[in-house]
Amino acid sequence: MEEKQKMFGPIIRTSFLIMVLCGLTYPLTVTGIAQAIMPDKADGSLIYSEENEIIGSKLIGQSFTDPAYFHGRVSSIDYDGASSGSNNYAPSNEDMINRTKESIEAWKENNPDTPISDVPIDLLSNSGSGLDPHISPAAAYAQVKRISSITGISVEQLNKLISMYIEGRELGLFGEERVNVLTLNLELKNMAE
Amino acid sequence: MSMTILSIVITLLVVALLAKPMGIYLVKAFDYQQTGLDKIYGPFEKLLYKIGGIKQVNQSWKQYALAAVLANAFMIVLVYMVFRFQGILPLNPGDIAGMEPTLAFNTAISFMTNTNLQHYSGESGLSYLSQMIGILFMMFVAPGTALAVVMAFVRGLAGNKLGNFYVDLVRSITRVLLPIAFITGLIFVALGVPQTLEPTVTAHTVEGAEQSIARGPIGSFLSIKELGNNGGGFVGVNSAHPFENPNAISNFMQILLMMLLPTSLPFAYGRMVGNKKQGRVLFVSMAMMFVVLLGTSLAYEYQGNPILNDLGMQHDQGSMEGKEVRFGTGQSVLYAVVTTASETGAVNSMHDTLTPISGLITLSNMMLNTVFGGVGAGFINVLMYAMIAVFLSGLMVGRTPEFLGKKIEGKEMKLIAITLILQPLLILGASAIALFTPLGSDGISNPGFHGLTQVVYEYTSSAANNGSGFEGLGDNTSFWNISTGIVMYIGRFFGLVTMLAVAGSLASKKLVPETVGTFRTDTSLFGVILVGTILIVGALTFFPTLVLGPVAEFLTL
Repeated sequence: MEEKQKMFGPIIRTSFLIMVLCGLTYPLTVTGIAQAIMPDKADGSLIYSEENEIIGSKLIGQSFTDPAYFHGRVSSIDYDGASSGSNNYAPSNEDMINRTKESIEAWKENNPDTPISDVPIDLLSNSGSGLDPHISPAAAYAQVKRISSITGISVEQLNKLISMYIEGRELGLFGEERVNVLTLNLELKNMAE
Repeated sequence: MSMTILSIVITLLVVALLAKPMGIYLVKAFDYQQTGLDKIYGPFEKLLYKIGGIKQVNQSWKQYALAAVLANAFMIVLVYMVFRFQGILPLNPGDIAGMEPTLAFNTAISFMTNTNLQHYSGESGLSYLSQMIGILFMMFVAPGTALAVVMAFVRGLAGNKLGNFYVDLVRSITRVLLPIAFITGLIFVALGVPQTLEPTVTAHTVEGAEQSIARGPIGSFLSIKELGNNGGGFVGVNSAHPFENPNAISNFMQILLMMLLPTSLPFAYGRMVGNKKQGRVLFVSMAMMFVVLLGTSLAYEYQGNPILNDLGMQHDQGSMEGKEVRFGTGQSVLYAVVTTASETGAVNSMHDTLTPISGLITLSNMMLNTVFGGVGAGFINVLMYAMIAVFLSGLMVGRTPEFLGKKIEGKEMKLIAITLILQPLLILGASAIALFTPLGSDGISNPGFHGLTQVVYEYTSSAANNGSGFEGLGDNTSFWNISTGIVMYIGRFFGLVTMLAVAGSLASKKLVPETVGTFRTDTSLFGVILVGTILIVGALTFFPTLVLGPVAEFLTL
C-alpha cells in the first residue's frame, strides 16, 4: 500500500463512470426487462376501446361532469394528466372553505334526494394529485339516486354494480376500500346502451 | 380504523425486523478485510476501480473530507450543465427547453445534497435525459456519499483508520444501492408504476374530451428515490401521483425502503465499535420518539378540519383535502411521519394541507433531524447528540466525559457545538431574511399564521436535507432558488467536514481503560438522557417559532 491516492483524476473519472452506470445502464436495463415481461403496466395501464383508441389509464382519474355518470373528486387541475398537483390550501384557508361550500350548494341542487349528511368528505375535497382515480364506496352510493333518476336504471341495479366494483384493502389489510370511477363509468355506459 | 392501525403496526414491525439483518449486511459490505461478498462483487468492483483510477489506500480525515466535498462539487457542476443544455441534448421527446440558471443551480445542489427540494415540476421541467443522467445519477451518489462518510466516521470512533472515500462510494453503489434499487424497481413496475421511454399519450375520454397522460421511466426512479432517502418525485406531486404510488402495497414498500438504511445504521454501528448493546439503545431511543410523534399526528389528523366538519358532510375519514382515497388518512399520516423522520422528503399527501398539529410534527421531525434521520447524515447527528449527552452528564457529576473509551475534550466539543448551532442559525436566519423582504414574503400562498409555517418549513426542509415542502409556497423565483440552494449546501457539507474532523481526532486518541466510575453509554438510562438532550436542545431552539406558526393556527381553527 505504498501508492498514493490521487485527488482529481479519480473524481472526474469516477463521476462519469457512475453517471453511465446509474444514470443510463440501470434505468435502461430496468426499462428493457419491464417492457419485455409486463408491457401493459410499464406503458401506464392504459385502457383501449374496441376501436383500439386510448380511453384513459386505469390509474389516472378522468373528469366527469355529466350528471348521468359517477363523479370523481374535486380536481383543481381538472384531471389534466400532463401535470399533477393541487392548491396546497392550508386548513385555515378561506378559498378552500368557500370552494367546499360551493360544492355543497351544487350538490344540493343536483342531488335533491340525497342529503349532504350522506356524502363522505372525500367526494367534495380536492385530492393531493388532482388525478385521484378513486372515490370511497360511500361516495359512489351517494350518487345512485341522481344517476337512477336520469338514466332510468334502477337503484338496486346501480347498487349492485357498485358493490361489484369495490376494490378491497390490499391483502385485506393495507389502504382503504375504494371504487375506480373510470372503470365503474365504463360499465355504467355499457349498461345504459 | 382498527384495520388501519393494525396495518400501521404491522408495517412498523416489518421495518424493525429488517433493521438488524440489513445492519449486519452493511458491516460486511464496508469491511476492508476479505469477506464472502468480495466473491460476488469483487471482480466488477476491481474493474470500476481501474477505470476510475481508484487506489485502495487509507486516507486521513482531511483527505477523506476533501475527496467527498470536491467530488460532490464536480458532480454539481456536471449536472448543472446537463440541466442548462437539456434542450439541445438527446432523449428529449417532450421538447423541453434548457433550465433557467437559478433553478438549475438550486436543482443541482438540491439533488447532490440528498435534499431533493424541487422548484420545478418533473413532467414539464426535465427531459428524460436530465431525469436519468442528472437526477437519477445524483440519487445514487448523494446517499452513496453519505453512506461512505458515516462508515468513515464510525471507523474513526472505533479507533480504526477512516478508509478511502472512493472505495466506500463505489461499494455503497455496487453492494447496497444498485442491487436493492434494481429489484424493487421491477417490483414497483409489477405493481403498476410505468417504466417507458415513450412520451406523453393522449386519451379520448368517456365524455369525449382529450386527456394528456404524462409517464416515463418511473419505476427505476422510484426505488432509489426511497431507498436513498432522496425523495424527489419524477412527477410534480411525487408519490401522491397514482403512477408514482398506485396502491397501498406500493405505499408499504416505499415506507420500508425509506426506513431501511436509517434504521439499520445503529445496528451496523454497534457491531463496528464492538458494543452491540449501545447500537440497540440508540435504535430504541429513536423508535420511541418516532412512535410518540406518529401517534400524536394520527390522533389529530383523524379529527379532521373542524371548519369543514361543521359543514355537514360525513367526516369520519378524517381530513381528506390534499389526500388520496387509496391511502386514506392513516397511510397518509404514516407516510408523512416516515418521510420527515427519514429525511426522505417524498410525499403521498400534501403537507401544506395537513391539519396544524400534524404539520407541526413533520416540521419537528426535520428540526430535530435525529428521529432516525436521513441515510448517514441523520445517524451522524444522533451520535453527535450522544456525545453532547455524555458531555452534559460529565459536567453534572464533575468527571471527564468519555465516549467509547475515548475522552471527549475541548476540541471535539467545539466542533460539535458550532455544528449544532449552525442548523437553527440557517433555518431561523434565512426565514427572518425571507420574511423581511417582499422577495420572500410574496411567495406565501396561505395567509395568516400558516404563512410563517410555510417559510420556516421551506428552510427547515432545506437545512435538514429533507426536501418535502409546504408546496403552496411560490418558490421558483431567483430569491428562493438561490437562498435555499445556499442553505442546503451549508446544511450538508459543513457538518460532514466537522464530524469527520471529530472522528479523525477521536481515532488518534488513546483508549481510557473502563472502570467502575465510567459513565456507561449502553444503558436505558443513557437512552433517556439522550432523548432528553435532543428534546431540550431542539425545543429550546425552535419552540417560539412553532408557537407562532402551527400552534397558533391550531388554536384559531
